[in-house]
Amino acid sequence: MKDPRETLEPAPVEARERALEQALGARVPADFVERRIEQAAENFDYRNGARVVARAWSDPAFRARLLADGGRASAELGFRAADREYLVVLENTDSLHNVIVCTQCSCTAWGVIGLPPDWYKSPEYRARLVREPRALLREMGLALPERVAVRVWDTSGETRYMVLPLRPPGTEGLGEAKLAELVTREMLIGVAR
Amino acid sequence: MERSSPTAALPRILARFGYFEGMDGIHDLGGMSGFGPVEVEPDEPTFHRRWEARAFALNALGIRVLAAYNVHEYRHAVERMAPAHYLAASYYERWLTGIATLLVEKGVVSLAELEARAGGRFPLSQPAAEVKPDGVVIVTAAEPRFAVGDRVAVRDFRPAGHTRAPRYARGKRGVVAGVGRAFELPDLAGHALPAPAETTYRVEFPARELWADAAEAGASVVVDLWSSYLEPAP
Repeated sequence: MKDPRETLEPAPVEARERALEQALGARVPADFVERRIEQAAENFDYRNGARVVARAWSDPAFRARLLADGGRASAELGFRAADREYLVVLENTDSLHNVIVCTQCSCTAWGVIGLPPDWYKSPEYRARLVREPRALLREMGLALPERVAVRVWDTSGETRYMVLPLRPPGTEGLGEAKLAELVTREMLIGVAR
Repeated sequence: MERSSPTAALPRILARFGYFEGMDGIHDLGGMSGFGPVEVEPDEPTFHRRWEARAFALNALGIRVLAAYNVHEYRHAVERMAPAHYLAASYYERWLTGIATLLVEKGVVSLAELEARAGGRFPLSQPAAEVKPDGVVIVTAAEPRFAVGDRVAVRDFRPAGHTRAPRYARGKRGVVAGVGRAFELPDLAGHALPAPAETTYRVEFPARELWADAAEAGASVVVDLWSSYLEPAP
């Protein structure tokens, strides 16, 4: 006989979330959920990564430290790039473009890229990027010339990645704050260049 | 739940010989065909609904405060979702399902109470396979076995439980592009088994090695792989 529960619709997902919190009851410390949400909003922001990039564009010694140890260099600016994991920064050049994905879940360097956007977490991006990076990037608005190799980084382990984009031409006079405004989350992931 | 019928026992018997494709799961999406365009939402907020943010917070509770499970068990709990549910669920519904599955399995809350409070079904993930350490670990090595430039091959295996070796890379040959830090082997930690730290490697595969005649020109993929997944290649 069929399990009678299989004929019933799942409860709405909001109701399931609330049910879990209620069942946990006093095991959820007061304000824990609210504090965690606030903490995420404060610490997980792609604008942290944008500031790291702007510093690297402005300061060659910092750039070298960033490429040698992404987490330690980001910490100089007060950012905790990753928690138990560690950060490897991927340098774009005239002949190489880097792009990040996590095919098995959606791992991201939260401290410098922020909590990832829905498109990064979508089955479409996760399935397609490793197999047809040029075609997918073109669809997403980035047409790479043939002379530029594309290297896809699958975040399958505990290493976290951030792309260091090329400094745009004509920005020689800009200070770090202005440079940081030019850096998007899409550039840090590598779907923009 | 043991049954004596030969049919019911078959998966376990096959698993012993490495034949059961237990966790070549739906989550392991890299390279699968049939997926359409990537939809980008302009100015997307971090959370679309309040419950998503709350589910996000509950995972930190389960791991750090209740210490009911570790991050590897969490990932595996999401991977164990029924395939149709996995693909239909939003990202944070997958979080919620993984968290609730573990809290039920660990006896922290009961499914009956969750469904009574939710006023309907609360679909959880499927049970985990039984994993034995000697079926997983090949070379546990905290010290690096390989150096940048070394040619390596990913072992070809069909794990019954959790792994972070993507299906598309298994059996393929690549070159070590970077030597990473040592981390506990997820194949053990994902089943709450003691997991020694192993060196990880960033291994680069030319697109042709992974995708054969479907490969794009001038493309490669770097995969972060644990020592036990790798063997030297000629």
